[in-house]
Amino acid sequence: MSLTKYESQLREPLVDGKKTYHDVTVDIVHTIEAKPTRLWYIGFWVAVGLLLFGVYSVYREVTYGIGQWNVNRTIGWGWDITNFVWWVGIGHAGTLISAILLLFRQGWRTGVNRAAEAMTIFAVMCAGQFPIFHMGRVWMAFFTMPYPNTRGPLWPNFNSPLMWDVFAISTYFTVSLLFWYSGLLPDLATVRDRAKTKLRKHLYGIASFGWTGSTKHWQRHESLSLVLAGLSTPLVLSVHTIVSFDFATSVIPGWHTTIFPPYFVAGAIFSGFAMVQTLMLVMRKVMGLQDYITLGHIEAMNKVIVLTGSIVGCAYLTELFMAWYSMVPYEQSAFFESRLSGPYGWSYWLMMTCNVISPQLFWFRKLRRNIAFTFIMSIVVNIGMWFERFVIIVTSLYRDYLPSSWSTYYRPTIWEVGFYLGTFGLFFTCFFLFAKYFPVIAVAEIKAILKTSGESYKDEMAPLENESAEKFNKDMHHGDHHNGHDDHDGDVTFVKH
Amino acid sequence: MSVKKFVVGCFDDEKVLFPAVAKVRKAGYKLQDVYTPFPVHGLDKAMGLRDTSLHTAGFIYGLIGTTTAVTFMSWVFTKDWPVNIGGKPHFALPAWIPITFELTVLCAAVGMVLTFCYICQLAPFIKKHHFHPRATDDLFVMVIECTSKTNENEVKHFLENAGAQEVNVQVVEDGWWIGRYDKEQQLYREPIVA
Repeated sequence: MSLTKYESQLREPLVDGKKTYHDVTVDIVHTIEAKPTRLWYIGFWVAVGLLLFGVYSVYREVTYGIGQWNVNRTIGWGWDITNFVWWVGIGHAGTLISAILLLFRQGWRTGVNRAAEAMTIFAVMCAGQFPIFHMGRVWMAFFTMPYPNTRGPLWPNFNSPLMWDVFAISTYFTVSLLFWYSGLLPDLATVRDRAKTKLRKHLYGIASFGWTGSTKHWQRHESLSLVLAGLSTPLVLSVHTIVSFDFATSVIPGWHTTIFPPYFVAGAIFSGFAMVQTLMLVMRKVMGLQDYITLGHIEAMNKVIVLTGSIVGCAYLTELFMAWYSMVPYEQSAFFESRLSGPYGWSYWLMMTCNVISPQLFWFRKLRRNIAFTFIMSIVVNIGMWFERFVIIVTSLYRDYLPSSWSTYYRPTIWEVGFYLGTFGLFFTCFFLFAKYFPVIAVAEIKAILKTSGESYKDEMAPLENESAEKFNKDMHHGDHHNGHDDHDGDVTFVKH
Repeated sequence: MSVKKFVVGCFDDEKVLFPAVAKVRKAGYKLQDVYTPFPVHGLDKAMGLRDTSLHTAGFIYGLIGTTTAVTFMSWVFTKDWPVNIGGKPHFALPAWIPITFELTVLCAAVGMVLTFCYICQLAPFIKKHHFHPRATDDLFVMVIECTSKTNENEVKHFLENAGAQEVNVQVVEDGWWIGRYDKEQQLYREPIVA
């Protein structure tokens, strides 16, 4: 996982301000040690309020049945599955930042990975609620587990994409949690060792598993992080692929396409980064982390948004083309009569505007680095991505093969909306607790990049910058030899004699 | 586990730490460990530690997951209860790929994390002696174990000459324990700026 030690001065610093290691610790940990602010209490109780409303909505659904929602025949998947796919998608950005960018050695991930991973875990928790409660008889949910039972034993159908989903989502949640928590151990130990009260020392002592910072432990920790990143990378791709299989393996016009897996994965990363932006822009301001989540970080994420937004746009156009090119009347009807026009045409065009047209503004550097604009765009993208799932689900279902079974206009009930709001409550309750009681930025990882990417250390690279390539290479080699370790990542910091 | 005597030297810069580690090894002192606030690359090699084989363990756990998934699903669908699903083959390997993959990842990840915790003796309620509270903040803490032959004053001077900011001798329990063993555990005080 070693990040390259030498970094060009042309790159923006990842940590602004003249920080020392101790400054990094204090800057990130001080919010845990301080009393919660008024703003925190307001946000937290609003979130809890939403959560309670969600709990009541779910109570209605469990007690009186799915009839509490306006889903019907033929719109069997309404808001709930829309919300499920939306939340899972949001989760994907966290894993992309923590795993894929780790493998690609993107140093900027260190500023945002901790909070983004937390976002992943909370988003997956929210997502999981929807299919579980959509079962109707939620107390039977454990039937999906393949355990020896007295019904035969009757096993679940492992050939069904809905079953794959159970495995994919639960694996994704578990692995993300392990990855997140193993990264947290050293930082929780930092909080423990700074504790000024007995209770805090005790609780963070338990949470940090007795971490000491031994070199051998760090070596294993690095190996663990790297392998978990290597596992999470195909995992995150597989999860949204499998979610898209829920649709793609069916024979519903509008769903039955091979483009779904890459299209869904790109869309997931797209919406996830938008959510990361929403959260980070508020967090860096409120918690005073502007030196760690810099404009450079925001710009980097906006670049990912414009890339994935364009991929999604390509996918939308490909779908339309394929519908036309396939000459299948049902496919053409689904796209050109039920989506582009018809009673739900507005949702298609809303999706197109939010996801494809507006993110193109991020081609301008000025706008990529504009905080207010980024914040608005992040909300716009998330609205657009919610409508993408709504369009896919509802517009493919509301007109069945027989006009006699065409649905009346589908509107959610208050309890359907309440369930969705409830997951917002769950998400933000968890996020507020996380922001208060956990180090929101990976302290140890920031320290590891501080001397290459910190603002004050960038200047020290100047002599190296002007050196000839031959001398630089020779020094690097000589330095490695001299220090007696054959690590060829080039520890320039130790080389200068 | 027993009570041992250690000489502890605290460094505040990796540039000083690396030559110091080399000197300590050359002088033949028993280097118990170096505690660092973040992973210092190359320090494990400099200390002469061998590479970890944790990733090999992960690979084996992954294989266990793959085998479990494939054998279990084929047993269920071909032997235990072959259900006719639309006349499709009972042994439907392509349809099992997703679950096989998920189980591989799950087993590898869970197994590796548990192994990591086991070999590093990390668990809730486990306690260890922390040689310096700032080892998780901004100091690189080098710990040298005193044997019967070690002259501790000599080691102290040695560490001071090697560039240690702070040197002290601690007689403490080596290893880990559970419960209220650590009476000397102190709360954090802000470091006094000279």
